[in-house]
Amino acid sequence: MNGILGALLFIILAPFLGGLIAGADRILTARMQGRVGPPLLQPFYDVGKLFEKENVVVTTAQNFYILAYLAFIIVSGALFFAGGDLLLIIFAFTLAHVFLVLGAYAVHSPYSHIGAERELIQIMAYEPMIILSAVGLYLVSGSFYVGDIIASTVPAILYLPGVFLGFLTILTIKLRKSPFDISTSHHAHQEIVKGITTEFSGATLGQVEIAHWYENVFLLGFVYLFFAFNPILGVVAVIVTYVAEIFIDNTTARLRWQAALQSGWGVAAILGLFNLAVVVYIIGGV
Amino acid sequence: METLLFLILFPALVAGAILVAKQKQLRFALVTVAAIIIGAASVWLLASYGLAGTVYFPFPSEPTSQIMVAIEIGLAAYIAYLGFRFRNYLAITLIAVQTVLIAAFELLYAENVHTANNFFIDQFSIIMALIIGIIGSLIAVYALRYMEEYHTAHPEVRNRQRTFFFIIFVFLAAMFGLVFSNNLQWIFFFWEITTISSFLLIGYAETDEATRNAFLALVMNLLGGIAFAAALIYLAATDPAGRILELDQLLASGEAIALLPAVLIGFAGITKAALMPFSTWLLGAMVAPTPVSALLHSSTMVKAGVYILVRFAPVYAGTLAGMSIGLVGAVTFLVASAIAVSQSNAKSVLAYSTVANLGLIAACAGVGTPMLEWAAILLIIFHAISKSLLFLSVGTVEHRIHSRDIEDMEGLIVRMPKVAVMMFIGIAGMFLAPFGMLISKWAAIEGFVQAPYGLVFVAILAYGGAVTVFFWAKWMGKLVAVTRYRTRVEDSFRKERWAPLYTLTGLVVATVLLFPVISSYLIEPYVTAIYGTTARLSQANIAIMMLMLALLLILPVSFLLFRRSAKRLPPYMSGRTTTADMQFVGSMGIAKEMTTRNYYLTEYFGEKRLLLPGSVICAGLILVSWLLAGVAA
Repeated sequence: MNGILGALLFIILAPFLGGLIAGADRILTARMQGRVGPPLLQPFYDVGKLFEKENVVVTTAQNFYILAYLAFIIVSGALFFAGGDLLLIIFAFTLAHVFLVLGAYAVHSPYSHIGAERELIQIMAYEPMIILSAVGLYLVSGSFYVGDIIASTVPAILYLPGVFLGFLTILTIKLRKSPFDISTSHHAHQEIVKGITTEFSGATLGQVEIAHWYENVFLLGFVYLFFAFNPILGVVAVIVTYVAEIFIDNTTARLRWQAALQSGWGVAAILGLFNLAVVVYIIGGV
Repeated sequence: METLLFLILFPALVAGAILVAKQKQLRFALVTVAAIIIGAASVWLLASYGLAGTVYFPFPSEPTSQIMVAIEIGLAAYIAYLGFRFRNYLAITLIAVQTVLIAAFELLYAENVHTANNFFIDQFSIIMALIIGIIGSLIAVYALRYMEEYHTAHPEVRNRQRTFFFIIFVFLAAMFGLVFSNNLQWIFFFWEITTISSFLLIGYAETDEATRNAFLALVMNLLGGIAFAAALIYLAATDPAGRILELDQLLASGEAIALLPAVLIGFAGITKAALMPFSTWLLGAMVAPTPVSALLHSSTMVKAGVYILVRFAPVYAGTLAGMSIGLVGAVTFLVASAIAVSQSNAKSVLAYSTVANLGLIAACAGVGTPMLEWAAILLIIFHAISKSLLFLSVGTVEHRIHSRDIEDMEGLIVRMPKVAVMMFIGIAGMFLAPFGMLISKWAAIEGFVQAPYGLVFVAILAYGGAVTVFFWAKWMGKLVAVTRYRTRVEDSFRKERWAPLYTLTGLVVATVLLFPVISSYLIEPYVTAIYGTTARLSQANIAIMMLMLALLLILPVSFLLFRRSAKRLPPYMSGRTTTADMQFVGSMGIAKEMTTRNYYLTEYFGEKRLLLPGSVICAGLILVSWLLAGVAA
């Protein structure tokens, strides 16, 4: 019963929370750049406006893929907050992104094509680390279920510092933050225009934005899992993590896709795998 | 018992009939009717033995064994003749060594060997029989029309269709024999028949390349055959009464006796399943007509290799030798998946993906815990269905667009919508939730996490899985690109062509819905019978996946919503004047067309860069497995 409630709360509240986080993000980013920044609710105004726009498409198929993208992002987040199986959640999450990529392919446009290729490279870059994170949480809590991991009293972060750092690295990719915002970006994006979202407009672009809000809440929930033994510490850690991501976003320049792939795979091997090996073979499990 | 014999003998009889049926119509009728009967008989097998557990059939070994040996020697002579004709002395040497081993076995031990339960059936055999009987027959039906067109398109190839279908049905008969035999000698006989059948099918076109690749496949599989024959001699020497030559007795005889033969036969399995360093024969097999590839990759040949590995998994479980075999599989999975990224030839991507998935099955079998055994069998089922669908749809596309390059499949959804959708579903079946292969990979991750030393396997799966997403998704992307001003070229193929494609597409979706049933009635009882315990996915997760599948099936309805009212604009071209078919004037005043091309990342994932290291590592691991098994013995 708790599970269904969690899923429902996520489906209803996550867009508001995600939008607020995006608003706070913009204010904080502006302050770091010495600007005042927009009002907190600006992201809602922006997305609201997108839904007022004329329905313009390159091909109608694109709307289908984006709807499927939004749907499966919601499914994976809802499963997460319902306390479901982390691996299944990750697979649903991958499925969602494949739909986004297919939407960009469907329009057959040069800029969204490059964006789609880069998005696929990003998926390839973060997937090993996200799986290893799930395995790490399994090793310390004895379960792949989010519900059990949260209920566990073991301080996961103490056993998994490397895995957590690795997760932060790929979180930068997932939040579409610099230096890894290679497929599309919130900032002005010169070399491939708007990348994967170039050909999406109006309500369709609004759905991409809402999906991103859902996604961010889900990802921050994942960060919380490492600190779930102490809820207050958990919330603080989530906030600190996000502020750190904004800081990195504003202090680094965009890298090439090679760097994204090498970073994602590198942290999975060096931080993630090494950490897990220590937990399994030296500490001998938890 | 009768059904078993029928499934082995009937395809063989049909093969003989095809050989003498001169008219095309007669051949069409024979193959179609035989395919339906074989498919029905394998379903009948399920109905009669599905709930019966393991049943042994005391079938007299004389004179069948003698007939088999006679056939083996005859075939060896035929291979030697072909070896001389094409000057392939390595093949002659290997077939000579193998024949000497068989002869030694016959002269030294055969007299005393008395095996009783020569045939058997259990849930795993039934699953294999269903795969062979249904998918194999569908491919045979598809091949009818394909081969007609093949010979129209390739007038230079000698039309030997009767031989072609003869071999296909012999192949199916041998596969049935292989999965029903409890006598290892008999398994070996059928094993050799599949080797030779695939050798002849790969060389069908009789070009230099085809002949070369056919011999490559033959040589590699003969290496495995020699190891198999050596295992037979070892077993006969260990137990002169020969009871241990019965598969179930061997599996029950404990690690000390069974490990060395299991590793030797496992090596035969590795060669047949085209794991590295033997992956090159399966890649070379692409020269054969597409139905042959479909057959080799899905329901026969390589599946015989992993069948034997999965059979021996209980022996490998918990041993270091088994761990090495598992690592051969895992490394193969990672390296072959990575190489697939760099391939633009559709058949080559499919081939590397097959090698990768067979590697994964071998990894599961080598580590051999109940959960992994469960996952391995699921992988065999799902892989067979999706891969046969993919090969057949690539073959269909190839006949229309005269290319098997993925880049040329751009906009297939506009040009050949039906095949594109089926190919799309086939690809989804290979890597996306909630479809089959992903379920199995998921189970494999959970299995490896719980297994001793499983971490390295988990890591390999994490990386390999990520790469898999990349190469499949970019292929899918090419299919769904809505290109402008392309005409539809999907004219009405004949019915024989569509029926197998529709059936397989239906099976990809149906197995997702049915897999809980398949799991609880066939796989779990099998795993329980061996290990005393079993594994499965939790009911809640299965329910969630069903919901995901339902959502996937409902979502396309939204196309109806989007159909009207949208204003269409051309894609963004930086404001440059572009015609409707995406032509624009370049900076030098030359008209160009906008084209897109996928990333192949050759500098990271190229065959040149990865194949050799992967093969060396795997060859090393195989040697290690022998050493460890030798030490343990």
